[in-house]
Amino acid sequence: MSSPTQFPNQWMPLRRLSDLFWRQPKLLLLVLLLPPLAWFGIVYLGSLLALLWQSFYTFDDFTMAVTQQLTLANYQALFDAANYDVVLRTFVMACAVTLASAILGFPIAYYMARYAKGWQKGAMYVAVMLPMWASYIVKAYAWTVILAKGGVVYWFYNQLGLSSVIDALLALPSIGGNSLSTSNLGRFTVFTYIWLPFMILPIQASIERIPANLIQASADLGATPRQTFSTVILPLAFPGVVAGSIFTFSLTLGDYIIPQLIGPSGLYIGTMVYTMQGSIGNIPLAAAFTVVPVLIIALYLTIARRLGAFDAL
Amino acid sequence: MRFNPTDANAPRAPWWLTTLAIGGIFFLHFPIIMVALYAFNTEESAFSFPLQGFTFRWFIAASERSDLLEAVWLSIKIALIATVSALVLGTMAAAALYRRNFFGKEAITLVLILPIALPGIVTGIALLSAFRLADIETGFWTIAIGHATFCVVVIYNNVVARLRRSAYSLIEASMDLGADGWQTFRYVLLPQLATSLLAGAVLAFALSFDEIIVTTFTAGQQQTLPIWLLNQLGRPRDVPVTNVVALGIMLLTTLPILLAWRLTQGTEDTAGASK
Repeated sequence: MSSPTQFPNQWMPLRRLSDLFWRQPKLLLLVLLLPPLAWFGIVYLGSLLALLWQSFYTFDDFTMAVTQQLTLANYQALFDAANYDVVLRTFVMACAVTLASAILGFPIAYYMARYAKGWQKGAMYVAVMLPMWASYIVKAYAWTVILAKGGVVYWFYNQLGLSSVIDALLALPSIGGNSLSTSNLGRFTVFTYIWLPFMILPIQASIERIPANLIQASADLGATPRQTFSTVILPLAFPGVVAGSIFTFSLTLGDYIIPQLIGPSGLYIGTMVYTMQGSIGNIPLAAAFTVVPVLIIALYLTIARRLGAFDAL
Repeated sequence: MRFNPTDANAPRAPWWLTTLAIGGIFFLHFPIIMVALYAFNTEESAFSFPLQGFTFRWFIAASERSDLLEAVWLSIKIALIATVSALVLGTMAAAALYRRNFFGKEAITLVLILPIALPGIVTGIALLSAFRLADIETGFWTIAIGHATFCVVVIYNNVVARLRRSAYSLIEASMDLGADGWQTFRYVLLPQLATSLLAGAVLAFALSFDEIIVTTFTAGQQQTLPIWLLNQLGRPRDVPVTNVVALGIMLLTTLPILLAWRLTQGTEDTAGASK
């Protein structure tokens, strides 16, 4: 190894600057923080505040123009039956997806953390990471292929002679539809699929962190494996579930690609915002609409923090 | 019954749990397998299953599409710019925040995470409305700015995790032995950070390459590869080319993840734990 003293720093001003930073760590801190803070302050927070401000602007329905007159009308409009429906529809879907991800994800995470050993553990970790990072739009597209009429799902049920099951499911009110790819059931499946890994990994991490001796102690004190699970493991894994639910919930609330590709025609918050700002040009109402998920998520994060989810991230 | 995960005689998983776990993993991979299969399908305008036949024809057809190649090139350029900006900003933020406690630190961390914690639609429309207010034409640079913003946290997470595990005494020793701050950074800190920087960069690249929600707002007339693919979905006659591109994007976004995972192996890093 060559020692750094073999590379004398000839350029004195630089050396002096470095000495200054050593003596004044706060100065170094400032220099390090300034660029990222400036970027996030100006580009990001600036944009968010500008958006918030514009949600109070007035949109004239006749001239289709935005004026800078401040009003609360956009927020009032959120409570119109049609708009309220959009918010409610998105919210219910986000809750359903979160619940389903937790139920589907927990056994996988539990197996990964408690039973997978050695190479198996690594392989399972990669097996969850890969679908999580694989292209979002391609995954959504893959589902339009899978759920298409004559596609693999229909074929599978036909082979088993169970095509009547699909028909029965699609006949159900509110989750059914004309075909799998235009039903709420299909949309729900795709949402759950896409956000599931975001649920598995935090749960897995939180179970992994449970000290082995706690479980031993529980067994030594006479608990059955079932009791150990419900009184020791589940409470300690719960923050992981909450951490995962932040992702599944927030990502479903803000999505607007999947509602376009799969499911019935009703608007979601995301698609609503997109239509409002795009073809109609009603940025103020679009801005008011984006405040809804932000508020819901802020509330959700506050609760999650109470439940200790941030330590599980 | 003792339950010790390090014990060689640890209890085996009950059959139903194993089934659920394997079934879940299969569910996660099923659409990926389907995309891979359909890329070689001979059928031209539908998705019927079982597949009709095997061909490489559509790969050639896709490579002749100039609009596709332009989209790929645009996505690569933007991902590179976003990654490099995020590397600089994320590393600076990590270096500033990993040891020190000061007023407002929590708030700064929160702001860094916000672009991925808030739904992409919020970030997207916020940036778009700000660009419109500032009379900035949307296009190449506005996409890059948006992508850099949400890539920072990926780098930050990776670097801060590595810094927390590295011994600060090494830095003090280096300074005691007469190295100045720059030399310490170059010869002590950077070698320790190298793989976490690379892993973070790979993840940031993949994240930017695949991003669509923020991009649709900031792109103007430009078409990145995901947007190209989205538009393509409205063209049923183009299905074979779409399938091939879907497979290509899938490979381009998953292979880097394997690389990043290898790079952070053995450092207990949480490379992809939060996207």
